Amino acid sequence: MTLLRGRGYASVNYPTGMNLGGDPSQALIHATTMGGFVISLSSVDLGQGLKTVVAQCAAETLGMPMANVIVDTADTDTGPHCMGTFASRGTHRIGNAVIMAAREARDVMLAVAAEELEADADDLETDGTGFVRLKGSPETKIHIQDVTLAAHFKQGRTISGRGIYLKERNYPVPETGEMDPDSCQAHACTVAEVEVDDETGVATVLSLHNAYEVGRALNPAMAAQQVEGGGWMGVSHAVFESTEPYYPASRDHGPVDFCEYLMPGPAEIPVQSSVILERPASNGPFGAKGIGEMTANAPIPAIANAIFDACGVRLTTMPFTPESILRGLDALRA
Amino acid sequence: MKIVSLRVNGAGQAFIARPGTTLLLALREQLGLTGAKRGCAQGACGSCTVLLDGQPVVSCLVPAVTVDGAEIATIEGLADGQVLSDVQQAFLDGFATQCGFCTPGMIMSAEALLDRNPDPTRDEVNEAISGNVCRCTGYEPIVSAVLDAAARRRSRAGEGAKL
Amino acid sequence: MPRVNPIDTEYFKDERKAGDFTVIGTTVQRSDALGHVTGRTEFFEDRTFPDLAHVKIHRSAHHHARIDSVDCSEALKVPGVLRVITHRDVPSNWYVVLRLIGIEPNDEPVLAEDRVLYKGEPIVAVVADSEAAAIEGAARVRVGYTELPAVFDVEEALAPDAPVIKQAGTNYFVYEGHHARRLRFGDVERGFAQSDRIFEWRYSSAPIEHAPTETTGCIVVPQSSGRLLIHSNTQAAFFTLDNTALILDRPFTDLQVKGGTVGGGFGGKVDVMVEPLACIAATLTNRPVKFVYTREEEMQVSSPRAAERIYIKDGVTNDGRILARKVMLYVDAGAYSRHSPYGTTKACAHLPGPYTIPNVYADCHCVYTNRTPSSAMRGFGVTIADFALESQMDRIARALDLDPLQFRLRNAYRDGDLKAHRKVAEGTALIEVIQRAAALVGHELPDEYLALTSTTPRGEKA
Repeated sequence: MTLLRGRGYASVNYPTGMNLGGDPSQALIHATTMGGFVISLSSVDLGQGLKTVVAQCAAETLGMPMANVIVDTADTDTGPHCMGTFASRGTHRIGNAVIMAAREARDVMLAVAAEELEADADDLETDGTGFVRLKGSPETKIHIQDVTLAAHFKQGRTISGRGIYLKERNYPVPETGEMDPDSCQAHACTVAEVEVDDETGVATVLSLHNAYEVGRALNPAMAAQQVEGGGWMGVSHAVFESTEPYYPASRDHGPVDFCEYLMPGPAEIPVQSSVILERPASNGPFGAKGIGEMTANAPIPAIANAIFDACGVRLTTMPFTPESILRGLDALRA
Repeated sequence: MKIVSLRVNGAGQAFIARPGTTLLLALREQLGLTGAKRGCAQGACGSCTVLLDGQPVVSCLVPAVTVDGAEIATIEGLADGQVLSDVQQAFLDGFATQCGFCTPGMIMSAEALLDRNPDPTRDEVNEAISGNVCRCTGYEPIVSAVLDAAARRRSRAGEGAKL
Repeated sequence: MPRVNPIDTEYFKDERKAGDFTVIGTTVQRSDALGHVTGRTEFFEDRTFPDLAHVKIHRSAHHHARIDSVDCSEALKVPGVLRVITHRDVPSNWYVVLRLIGIEPNDEPVLAEDRVLYKGEPIVAVVADSEAAAIEGAARVRVGYTELPAVFDVEEALAPDAPVIKQAGTNYFVYEGHHARRLRFGDVERGFAQSDRIFEWRYSSAPIEHAPTETTGCIVVPQSSGRLLIHSNTQAAFFTLDNTALILDRPFTDLQVKGGTVGGGFGGKVDVMVEPLACIAATLTNRPVKFVYTREEEMQVSSPRAAERIYIKDGVTNDGRILARKVMLYVDAGAYSRHSPYGTTKACAHLPGPYTIPNVYADCHCVYTNRTPSSAMRGFGVTIADFALESQMDRIARALDLDPLQFRLRNAYRDGDLKAHRKVAEGTALIEVIQRAAALVGHELPDEYLALTSTTPRGEKA
């Protein structure tokens, strides 16, 4: 038995958004009487952290602390339309819609504060801790709670905002495929290192080293979650997963539970190291691009290429099972 | 039909066990404790993990009639008021959750491990959570969080010894 | 400690304008994490309702068959069974979820009528007091079949003598009169003629399951207003609402979808599979109804990531410039369209990968076979294409004895390049991620390659 080591590379890009269908999402925002800002959406958080990241977008735009922002989703009676959470569109579309809504609300908030402070709204700024203050004269300030109370009970104004982001529908030219299929592209390069057991055919992924360009990492820990979890899924796709192990010849023997449908467990995960680059997208929320989906992509060919580097077997069919590696080794020895 | 009396998170409880009912369904539908999740109902995903007399079990495979007189611990009973358990706090601080569906079962498996082994190796953590499926995180943050929780527990125990 | 990847601020310094933000770009705690670690996060199934009824499905036993008879009499005798639902109970039985963006035809029945196109296709829904009674009822439905020849291979499905399995008359989705989504850029044959070497290989994949830890499901609750409240783990609340209303043939305002907290999706919860039948069951019984997939249904009946077959032919110069790329791509949509016509177009839009190639030709086929319909999954159209494209790049680099990263850098797209779908590239950063990954693993690159940037126009006629 010999353990053969190899290294493989892959570089990819990935589009943000479902641009070919017309791709809108909306957000509404309103202030409570006591300085809270409720963001109403119908958008879905699948675990990628949408609720958190849109709250950050609102807090940043309003100039208010995160604690003042409440995200209410997803209810189709109270939340405005959202296309859905797919196509790496959530952060980009909903983030943009929330920023637009928050800008409108911020304008009203500053106008109300201006009246209370007897100042010009253009001369006001937020300090990020909950105060609206006069630029250059920070002691002239008013707390957001007093602003919203004044709006409701004194000035009779609603501090609210509406936001939408729409990527207009694009129709591909049938003859040539000319089209506008993306809002922006994120990028990645993955280096995989594997070890192949030439007796069992098992390929173990030892490490993934990734460089990602994401536009802007709005919440770096959550961006890291996508990179790391997606990398794991890429490994899983590469060496384990299928609902039809004898595709396409036979539809039989499909796994029906987690004992039969194999995925790497905690003892089978590679070491991952990653670096993030940021080239802000002109149309992204604070420059962010969508990276939710792409993180599973580069590892797969990087692993295929590493397996070849290790043992000379070129695998052209996913997943890269021990059987396929052993058959390849047999062919090389023949 | 049988009346089952047991202790859940330290409090006395009782429910009527219909034929075929599992501990998971009894907890979720009769006792209102929905922290344990039904991910597969086959005992293979670990999302329903609770502690039965201190041992981690997949509650979807435990017939409800068999737990009469047992002591059950669920995710709902871990925190002491507002104060999270070390494992809960380590999962929170370590960004070890994404969708959160596997989290309660994962945490219960980790609690059981640390109860019997305060200083586990990485391999021992891997083994303890090997029956808990996570599709989001890639496991690394979870394993790190369990090791972190073990360190927090030991540090707390050390402080206690000094007093 | 949160695991945070370092941000290398040396790249795109002028464009980043860092430091202007208060909470953007900083790690703040996830707002849902406290609920996750305490078990308080509320998923759709964490709600209990008195009188909850359950739906289970009787499914096709064959890959392709004519339905001769359906007998539900034994099912109705099972204690606790409230109703059986057949296609006659579905007001608008034929649909395609992408009709919301104008995709046609409606090619899938909610419940099968006179034939089934895949093993596991729903034929009868059984509503019962308990899950056990619903399972027992579904098992007692008797269906008589005449088996028909099945097609399992995407290329065999396109052969002239293949049995046509689709009512529309072709085993492929028709893109505005074409048998495939086409990409035509430059003159690929001339590019091959100008090349020193030609490389042609085939790649393929098998279907893949999303495997979310929470299976697809919903609970529908009739409201005092007469409306239906749908607690769902859909990835797209309005997408589900609109499609469900069309199937029910009811006003859109009759429905309300609540969700937003989902135990993993990965594209598997955008197919609108459970809500229409649960709504029909709730309407017929006037009770809250739960319809949630078992793990086995999630694994074998819910849509997988499509299997693909991809042929790539490249013409390359000896010094590593790709002059022409021709791709024949086949997406195995399974029995019905679902999101695959869109995914196939997305695959086409992704070609020829992140490289600037002056001559590109592609036919991307959305092919129907007698297997579980495939649909959206994390990166569909792109994930398998990237496997093929980046394997191809590795093989060519080896064949030409070129460094694999230098070969990629040589062909990497840059700002201002015209892509094959005729959009001018902007915001590109492929060169930089390759350079940074090389540095990460100590892979040395010559100075001329380290000096490349995405913002410097390509010094050649594309």
